[in-house]
Amino acid sequence: MVRYLVRRGGLLVASLLLASVALFLLLRVLPGDPANALLTVDATPEQIEAAQRQVGSDRSLPEQFVTWFGQLARLDLGRSFVSTLPVGPEIVDRLVVTLPLTLFAFALAIVIAVPVGYLCARWSRTWYGAGLSALSQLGIAVPAFWVGMLLIFVFALRLRVFPSGGFPRAGWADPGAALTSLTLPVLTIALVMSASLIRYVRSATLDVLGSDYLRTARALGASSAEAMWRHGLRNAAGPVVSVLGVELATTFLGAVVVESVFALPGLGSMLVKGITQHDYPVVQGVLFVSTVAVLVIGFLADLAQRLIDPRLRGSSPGGSR
Amino acid sequence: MTEPSTNVKEHIPVRKILTAVVAVAFGLGLAACAPDDGPSTASGADATIDVGSLYEPQNLDNTGGGGQGVTEALNGNVYEGLFRLTDDGKVENLLVSDYSVSGDGLTYTFTLRSGVTFHSGKPLTAADAKYSLEKVIAPDSKSARKSSFGPIGGITAPGDSTLVVTLKTRSISFVYNLSYVWIVNAGNQSPTTTADGTGPYRLASWQRGATLSLSRFDGYWGTKASNKDVVFHYFTDASALNNALLTDQIDIITSEQSPDALDQFTANPAYRVNDGASTTKLLLAFNDRVAPFDNVKVRKAVYSAIDRKKLLESIWGPHGKLIGSMVPPSDPWYEDLTNANPYDIDLAKRLLAEAGHGGGFSFTLDTPNYDPHPIVATFLKSELAKVGITVTIKVISADEWYTKVFQKHDFVATLQEHVNDRDVVWYGNPDFYWGYDSPQVTRWVRQAEQAATADEQTALLKQANRQLAQDAASVWLYLYPQIVVASTRVSGYPVNGLNSQFYVYGITKREG
Repeated sequence: MVRYLVRRGGLLVASLLLASVALFLLLRVLPGDPANALLTVDATPEQIEAAQRQVGSDRSLPEQFVTWFGQLARLDLGRSFVSTLPVGPEIVDRLVVTLPLTLFAFALAIVIAVPVGYLCARWSRTWYGAGLSALSQLGIAVPAFWVGMLLIFVFALRLRVFPSGGFPRAGWADPGAALTSLTLPVLTIALVMSASLIRYVRSATLDVLGSDYLRTARALGASSAEAMWRHGLRNAAGPVVSVLGVELATTFLGAVVVESVFALPGLGSMLVKGITQHDYPVVQGVLFVSTVAVLVIGFLADLAQRLIDPRLRGSSPGGSR
Repeated sequence: MTEPSTNVKEHIPVRKILTAVVAVAFGLGLAACAPDDGPSTASGADATIDVGSLYEPQNLDNTGGGGQGVTEALNGNVYEGLFRLTDDGKVENLLVSDYSVSGDGLTYTFTLRSGVTFHSGKPLTAADAKYSLEKVIAPDSKSARKSSFGPIGGITAPGDSTLVVTLKTRSISFVYNLSYVWIVNAGNQSPTTTADGTGPYRLASWQRGATLSLSRFDGYWGTKASNKDVVFHYFTDASALNNALLTDQIDIITSEQSPDALDQFTANPAYRVNDGASTTKLLLAFNDRVAPFDNVKVRKAVYSAIDRKKLLESIWGPHGKLIGSMVPPSDPWYEDLTNANPYDIDLAKRLLAEAGHGGGFSFTLDTPNYDPHPIVATFLKSELAKVGITVTIKVISADEWYTKVFQKHDFVATLQEHVNDRDVVWYGNPDFYWGYDSPQVTRWVRQAEQAATADEQTALLKQANRQLAQDAASVWLYLYPQIVVASTRVSGYPVNGLNSQFYVYGITKREG
């Protein structure tokens, strides 16, 4: 296990290094200049030059990379070109919104998807099972922002039970208001996310339901529920957990759209603004943190799978599953 | 949902199960249901005014790239200039109590108002004023007004309350331009993240991506603000901004940018839609240096081929205004030149034939990727097709526009909005991105700035303006509307959008 952890950890660090180089290069390929965000359409050529000097876009690529990488090695994400504020603390401020948003949505999606997916499988031969399944199919096709707008229309504009957007100024110091403002966004993400999860839970359950060992358990006298609980669940969980890792990462990154619809000051809106302004330190910082999050989530999902499935414990991380 | 027509004998409580699932989904939210985080219910002098805007400051320094948002939130509210540009466009004394100009118009002596202190408690001195003005014209200044201070020769502060500025040449707009210069505490080391001004509010907090809060400054030298706190709420999505007003989370929208949303406010007696004066012009800017737009006839032909009335109406309905040149009605040298290049397809075709383009031509239109440019580009494409001109729309980011069009002049035609007032003078600069080069206009613009009287300045700029329209230097498509939408509970807000400023100190809120 220790050896596995070390190897998996090494892979994680290597992926991070690769990701940081890719990030840096991709951003520089985009046309434009970070100095532009600081200027207006009345700027003189001297002002343009001064701004470029200030943000360092007049320096060579390798020079810029060394500076950035050096900072990164010291866990310093640098300062925004535009606001001149340090990027690290701002990311922390934004995570206070994005992290709970993602985790609550994730938890709620599981709460919805597991029973519904299970029922879809149990009832797969009935019209209501098929209906439920079709509904989840429909859910996959619907974009998150549309669900968000619909929920705003119903619950904020018509019923007025939830705010249409924003996050309380007091933040989590006012937990009631913070939770209230996150409710509709959480629901939006959870509904969209659960739609695809239901499909996975359904097919994993169907596989298990048709398996020999379950039939054997039934033949030995276990009730259907008992057999499912003791033998089916663990087997069905394997594939679902691996998908969960990917889904969680997608949710984290996909919060961008939902944050904009609900005017939440999260990581997503920070990223979008950073990109439109060519604010390299901001974009690099946010993407770096997101990359770390995605890689760590993948790592945790792998670990969880090994805990669920004893057959995986003997194999190497890159090995067959 | 229609139910499939299968015969189901056994009764399974599907509906109950579905209800349970939905209940679980809402459980999280309902459990946490707390009162709205809306505007405070306090009214009168204790009121908090919640303002919604799409323009968050980039940082807090208007000489350091703070952008439109920092002007909106802090100009006149937290920071003050020596002079103030009022909402109806007049310039009045603010931090100066008096000033005099020498006979040759080259020496300005300003007497600062006494008893003014910064929010930090430090008294205002002429040294702060000198520092502030120098900051705007410094080599690393990002102020949009830097070039207009070109004539400054020297700045001295001979006494605590006396500031003397000498000019190299006369500059009739000098005092007007000073209304953009914030007088800041010379001791403030981090003006991009903190604020120390002399205005009626001090900066209370700034949560990036969300809100910027101002609190009434009780040590203010002048009339105290009519409300206690003002919170600017920032949005990236125009419909999220509108929803916030509809659900009482905010009281005012500083500038409505979503024409489709106006009906829901116009139809509702709880809101007031204010049509104010704007200085934002939408331009189809040619590169006047290159063919075919180096030819006046081609430019005029394009101008006459576009039904601007239809364009404006289809985007803004009854709002906004047609203009025939770069000058908006709020500039002193405005003249109605809307018909200098009338909408006339036959005229357009004739002009094209005279220019040797009877068979039409094609060009690429560099189009910024944000509203309303893409939709305007599509409109122009269909209009110009009627006279045989083929438009290829190339969508670019704002950033790309800046590098490609503004700096490198690597374009044939582009769309762009120009927000400032009195910016017709840019046509007097042949090096500007659109490359309009008329020695006569350049001379008039220069003479106007060095004029001895405002009348002389106005006469010269009117002349330049007429010439621009005659030459169709660019196509001035329309003047944006400036629409402030507010709850009828609040009053006393500014309605004109001159240079993006938004004075909040007069806003009051009644109960209910």
